[in-house]
Amino acid sequence: MKIEDVPQDNSRAFAGERKALYAVDAEGNYTITVSNGWEAEDIVLELALTEFREHARAALLRVRTGKASPLEYHMYSKRMDAKVLSQSSGFFLWQVRRHCKPAVFARLPQSKLERYAEALGISVSQLQEIPDEQSEPHG
Amino acid sequence: MNSRSPMVKLEYQHRQAAHCESGTISALLRHGGLDISEPMAFGLSGALSFAYVPVIKIGGMPLISYRMPPGYVVKGLARRLGLKIKFERFRDPVAGMQALRSHLELGRPVGMQTSVFWLPYFPPDMRFHFNAHNLVAYGFEDERYYISDPTFESPMEADGRALQKARFVKGALAPRGLLYYPVDLPATIDHRSAVEGALRQTLRVMLGAPLPIIGVKGIRHISKKVRRLGRGADSGDSQGKLFLGHMVRMQEEIGTGGGGFRFLFGSFLQEAGKLLQSTGLGEVANDFTDVGDEWRRFALYTAKMIKGRMEFNYEVLADQLQQIARLEESAFLRLKGLQLK
Repeated sequence: MKIEDVPQDNSRAFAGERKALYAVDAEGNYTITVSNGWEAEDIVLELALTEFREHARAALLRVRTGKASPLEYHMYSKRMDAKVLSQSSGFFLWQVRRHCKPAVFARLPQSKLERYAEALGISVSQLQEIPDEQSEPHG
Repeated sequence: MNSRSPMVKLEYQHRQAAHCESGTISALLRHGGLDISEPMAFGLSGALSFAYVPVIKIGGMPLISYRMPPGYVVKGLARRLGLKIKFERFRDPVAGMQALRSHLELGRPVGMQTSVFWLPYFPPDMRFHFNAHNLVAYGFEDERYYISDPTFESPMEADGRALQKARFVKGALAPRGLLYYPVDLPATIDHRSAVEGALRQTLRVMLGAPLPIIGVKGIRHISKKVRRLGRGADSGDSQGKLFLGHMVRMQEEIGTGGGGFRFLFGSFLQEAGKLLQSTGLGEVANDFTDVGDEWRRFALYTAKMIKGRMEFNYEVLADQLQQIARLEESAFLRLKGLQLK
């Protein structure tokens, strides 16, 4: 790729940051240069983000209709799935799935709730509730 | 709290890099007095690769990688150049944070492995559960840490709690608080034998792997997979789109330098060619620029098809991958034919 062909599509996902890549100048020499985004990359990134948002949205509905515990919503809202949550909390996959059932979740002892809260980076009281609106991870 | 320093800020030159691991080790070595560019660090480690491993699933998606597994750049480079790098892992997060402070108090910037998701300065849309990110800490003030993250143009800061979480996240590729720093650097480097060794190794992976899922064969394998996606009775367009989107993300997203590390590798070949006065290497560097451009074209077609700006056609994408495999194969064969001695 030539330096003048390096896309500068001002990606929203970059939030004003630029990333480095190597491209060739007019003499054919490789140099490090920056890009503020490439639309093609944005499209596939958006596809992945939409997938997480959809999971979280569906989970929110399931929690509201009593079909799932808040754990399921928080898991997806933190861009995890049952496998990632299982690995980061130390619970077995089957346990995570079981704890996504409202009746089982309601009986979880404080110690287990704390493990989930820690893995999800939220407090136990946040874990037990669902927000009115779907939230996005932020710093 | 005891009598420890409330603040340390080391003289440390932040430099942005295309890939976090090669950028981190290159910067640490430069700090230690051994000037090795990022592309040289990447190329000499022998980390360029291609692998498509359907049985390993990450977030429900098969493992697709354009380089060797995380950690390979640092270890491969150390082996190739005879560097002594010290690695420290911790069971206890508090001990891990104390060790970090002690190193900084001793005046030693340290490389760290972290999660991306829990680093507060990453833009929200770029935060995913990838646990093998690399960065350097070069100071602290109370509970804030000064971070040189090669992904970004400027130095960053992170609060100690967030940094601890990012260092001690559990799961796939768990960092276990990994800290690393060079302890013994050679005065000189035999560039010729290092380059030759690295090329031999990369050639072995890209052309000689015994498995059909690795190297150029792996690219042909994934091309067939893409063709099958289009022919499946119920190819389920959304599944196909997710698969291809995932592949392009692995290829282009932050940390690859674009074109699945091929530009980074091309830059390495060019620099090596200049060092060894080999015009042949310089020419093959240009071949890899073309290879990278073809990967970018694959990404562009895929994105256009996903967006509906181009008719969704798996055959076109599979053909493009075949074209890439052909180009990579001939570039590697040309590399193999070079007599560097």
